[in-house]
Amino acid sequence: MSAKKNRAPLAYGRSKRLWVWTGLVFLFLYLPLLSVMLFSFNDSRRTIVWQGFTFRWYEKLAGNGELLQAFGNSLFIAIVCTILSLILGSLSAFALWRFKFGLKSAFDSAMTVPMVVPEICMGVAMMVFFTRIVPWPVGLSWPFNLGAIIISHTTFAFPFVAMVVRARLNSFNMEFEEAARVLGAGPFDVIKDITIPHVRPALIAGGLLAFTLSLDDFVITFFTAGPDTLTFPVKVYSMLRFSVTPEVNAASTLLIVITALVTVLAMRFTGKSGVTAGKE
Amino acid sequence: MSIRWKKQPSSFLASFLPPVLWLAIFFIVPMAIIWLYSFGESTSLTEISLTGTFANYAKVFDSLYIGILVKSVFIAGLTTVLCLVFGFPIAWLMTFVGPRTQGLLLLAVMLPFWTNLLIRTYALIAVLRTEGYVNTMASWFGLGPYPLLYNNFAVLVGLVYVHLPFAVLPLYSALDRLDRSSLEASLDLGAGHLRTVFYIAIPACWAGIFSAAFITFIPALGSFLTPELLGGPSGQMIASVIERQFKRANDWPFGAALSFLLVYLTIAIVLCRNYFERKKAQGGEA
Repeated sequence: MSAKKNRAPLAYGRSKRLWVWTGLVFLFLYLPLLSVMLFSFNDSRRTIVWQGFTFRWYEKLAGNGELLQAFGNSLFIAIVCTILSLILGSLSAFALWRFKFGLKSAFDSAMTVPMVVPEICMGVAMMVFFTRIVPWPVGLSWPFNLGAIIISHTTFAFPFVAMVVRARLNSFNMEFEEAARVLGAGPFDVIKDITIPHVRPALIAGGLLAFTLSLDDFVITFFTAGPDTLTFPVKVYSMLRFSVTPEVNAASTLLIVITALVTVLAMRFTGKSGVTAGKE
Repeated sequence: MSIRWKKQPSSFLASFLPPVLWLAIFFIVPMAIIWLYSFGESTSLTEISLTGTFANYAKVFDSLYIGILVKSVFIAGLTTVLCLVFGFPIAWLMTFVGPRTQGLLLLAVMLPFWTNLLIRTYALIAVLRTEGYVNTMASWFGLGPYPLLYNNFAVLVGLVYVHLPFAVLPLYSALDRLDRSSLEASLDLGAGHLRTVFYIAIPACWAGIFSAAFITFIPALGSFLTPELLGGPSGQMIASVIERQFKRANDWPFGAALSFLLVYLTIAIVLCRNYFERKKAQGGEA
């Protein structure tokens, strides 16, 4: 190592310029979000001038039945989509990992297509499918009126789960399974006691991913939603079309806080992989 | 490791059939229908006959639509370049700090990413609009107000804002696998930091940079929400045109052709990437 320099050659962690650059970019990423959160407590309709602290907008939010209903719809859709995606995703990951079969590479590439196809294309395809080809019955009672949206969300979310679970399965040592079999475990005991515990972090990460993807989705829902099915992003979108109100600030703040909590929890439970899952 | 499916046919079919059927019915069929529509004609308000015509694709070359398509590709490309330029130093820093700082930086990059897209777009509106924070601050210095919203500039800012984390993560995972001894060698032999980055690091992780570009460009090209909310009438991109064909203009065959143009572009980029990766893998073995 060169003794001439004050800094070891690769000690970029101590480079001031890099930190300043990173700080500026983070400022760009966070300042808008923080200002939305701050001004959700601002006692003024004109959101820009600070007029004092208030919970008024949160109270108004609690009284906004339509927005709450939309939020409830979004949560329900996300939960069902997460469950379905975990089932379908793990099954396909298992099939691809465990078996050799003729159409394997075709199936493998078909699974990646929903992840890369532009959302708008999938949105219009789903809209045509659910209005013309296999019309989703209208006038169903809640939650059955959400079926088309749930199906669409599951279609784009489960390949992500499959990808995360498959990556984890690749590190599975088959000798464990053989050992369990030798020691008298049946095939289902092996899956229950050996395989599933091994992939649990991937299941958590994949589940959180599916949940967020569904909760976040605007475009596909925008096309598949019927007139009487409102989700949170679609409702916020229509509110934004009319005007920017402090109520939206309050709703956004709630969702930002929920997201931050979920992300931190994901990192706690699964390490780095839980946060970056499928997004690399 | 993996076994022939005929050895355990029942457990194979139980795990293989549900996802395959789901994908076939709820993805391949809808996409195939749109694809067929792109060769069809509207015969009445609700009827579309599949006539095998290429007229819908020809209509794209109308100056209006080709202009929007070219502009969309240009804006998505510029977004990609800006994301790579802004993101690279962060990924670089993340690669060389201790595990604890690394985790925190990773979390800081990911948090906005996991936040609802609509809320992030809305937050940008609050910053950029005429009574927004930027213009208010500018007015303290007697400047402005600048028209920051509802134009192409706003769309570009919005797309960079939304896609920056997409770029940082693949960059980071590529840089993390970099052979550090060659960097050290370069620095020891007297090259500066920038020279080392441009002549050693970037060529060595070209595949990772390409996949970061790819993962940024595709969603940026097809994005609907950001141009729709930040762009105004002049800032529209191709997705808004597609939406209009399906919702207001009710010209589904043309909308289908436009959206399949996006799909063809995506497929071309994916094939391109696979080709380069295979070429690189072969080069590595030789």
